[in-house]
Amino acid sequence: MPSFFDRSSQIAGPGFSRWLVPPAALAIHLCIGQAYAFSVFKLPMTKLIGITKSAPDDWTQSQLGWIFSIAIVFLGLSAAVFGRWVESGGPRRAMFVAACCFGGGFLVAAAGVQLHNIWIVYLGYGVLGGIGLGIGYISPVSTLIKWFPDRPGMATGMAIMGFGGGAMIASPLSLMLMKSYATPEAVGVAATFVTMGAVYFLVMMFGVFLVRLPADGWKPEGFVPRAVSGGMITVGNVMVDQAFKTRQFWQLWLVLCMNVTAGIGILETASPMIQEMFPGHVTAVTAGGFVGLLSIFNMAGRFVWSSTSDYIGRRSTYMIFFTLGIVLYASIPSIGHMGSVPLFVAVCAIVLSMYGGGFATIPAYLKDVFGTMHVGAIHGRLLTAWSVAGVLGPVLVNYIRDYQLAKGVAKPDAYNVTMYLVAILLAVGFASNWFMRPVDDRHHYQGTPLEA
Amino acid sequence: MKKTSPLLIALAWAIVGIPWLWGFSQTVQKAAALFQ
Repeated sequence: MPSFFDRSSQIAGPGFSRWLVPPAALAIHLCIGQAYAFSVFKLPMTKLIGITKSAPDDWTQSQLGWIFSIAIVFLGLSAAVFGRWVESGGPRRAMFVAACCFGGGFLVAAAGVQLHNIWIVYLGYGVLGGIGLGIGYISPVSTLIKWFPDRPGMATGMAIMGFGGGAMIASPLSLMLMKSYATPEAVGVAATFVTMGAVYFLVMMFGVFLVRLPADGWKPEGFVPRAVSGGMITVGNVMVDQAFKTRQFWQLWLVLCMNVTAGIGILETASPMIQEMFPGHVTAVTAGGFVGLLSIFNMAGRFVWSSTSDYIGRRSTYMIFFTLGIVLYASIPSIGHMGSVPLFVAVCAIVLSMYGGGFATIPAYLKDVFGTMHVGAIHGRLLTAWSVAGVLGPVLVNYIRDYQLAKGVAKPDAYNVTMYLVAILLAVGFASNWFMRPVDDRHHYQGTPLEA
Repeated sequence: MKKTSPLLIALAWAIVGIPWLWGFSQTVQKAAALFQ
């Protein structure tokens, strides 16, 4: 008798509605999207001993900065390493493991906070939580593509939009929980971690119970699959190990890496950047509003751009990202000189929508180029580009800004060089996407489609 | 053939949609500071 986690148990019966699969995917992505809101814990975690202000033995901001970095590195690594395992076992098993790792990571981190041992926090939220992030991120992607062959961009966009939305829930929720658990002896971080770990585990389990795979040969009513390859869309399949050896994989890796580097640079420094570029015009509260607006555009871009890509094609969508991105980034220094805050906000909002759109469109691009057979595993390996960009983007913005300031450049102009440099990086992404061609037939798998 | 009940689909979307809308409304309130 097949167990609950066997692939055969995950196959949907006749009459199962595919519209139950996006909520299952969202249950995972809305939880793991919490990672983007981890910064709300940074300040309270510097006062775990001193409570009202940092004591000499309290952790520093730099020590705490590593927690998020480790989590993002393990996200990329685990997505790359476990991608094939996720594909072979189906989404239910992967989502369950992701729920255990992500929820468990919070509990281990809570122990680290309680014992005031930073290494346990690194291990809990960083390593264990990061593995949960990576497996959770890729677990529903190929399943959604299989359920929505007629609208793969829209389907994966919905789930990946959840990752953007997760931070919107986690940020106010964390603040509310810490406030309610705070006592004169504790800032409430450990108790908040325990609560969030338990709640996230339960919500992710909702996804585990809901998700199903389509039966072999299932297709939506009225949908006629392509009979022959056309343009960038293939009807063949490329195995994950073979895809890794193609030029197209590395071109797409570069496309994702350049797009994410550009967006993450702004996202990371949005609040200080707008305050420094428009001194006297933007307060800290207004800058907080700017960060909130960017989150909305980041999330909305995931759905809007990926859905649009179903109509205009993935390659064209990225051509828009890179062309528009180059123009917008290169115009930021001039906008700073003009002193136009509304124009600056509008430009950053569009840029952030394309950052989110890049994440959400890439699974469908991979499906077009490599077929559906191993798309989840290939997507997992491609996410290492995110890990690299996660380091490259903030380093570019922060270090060049500091270097400029040290050279005596005025604060409002300290970001200009970075903006031009990012425009150059986007030109590299443009070239990589421009030269994208269909995968040669010799790379296609010739046997019966395998799951892994 | 037993078809999925529309009620179940609505419930599933509500379970993920309600917290999402709450988070979204909180973010919109925060972003409103930019326009004041």
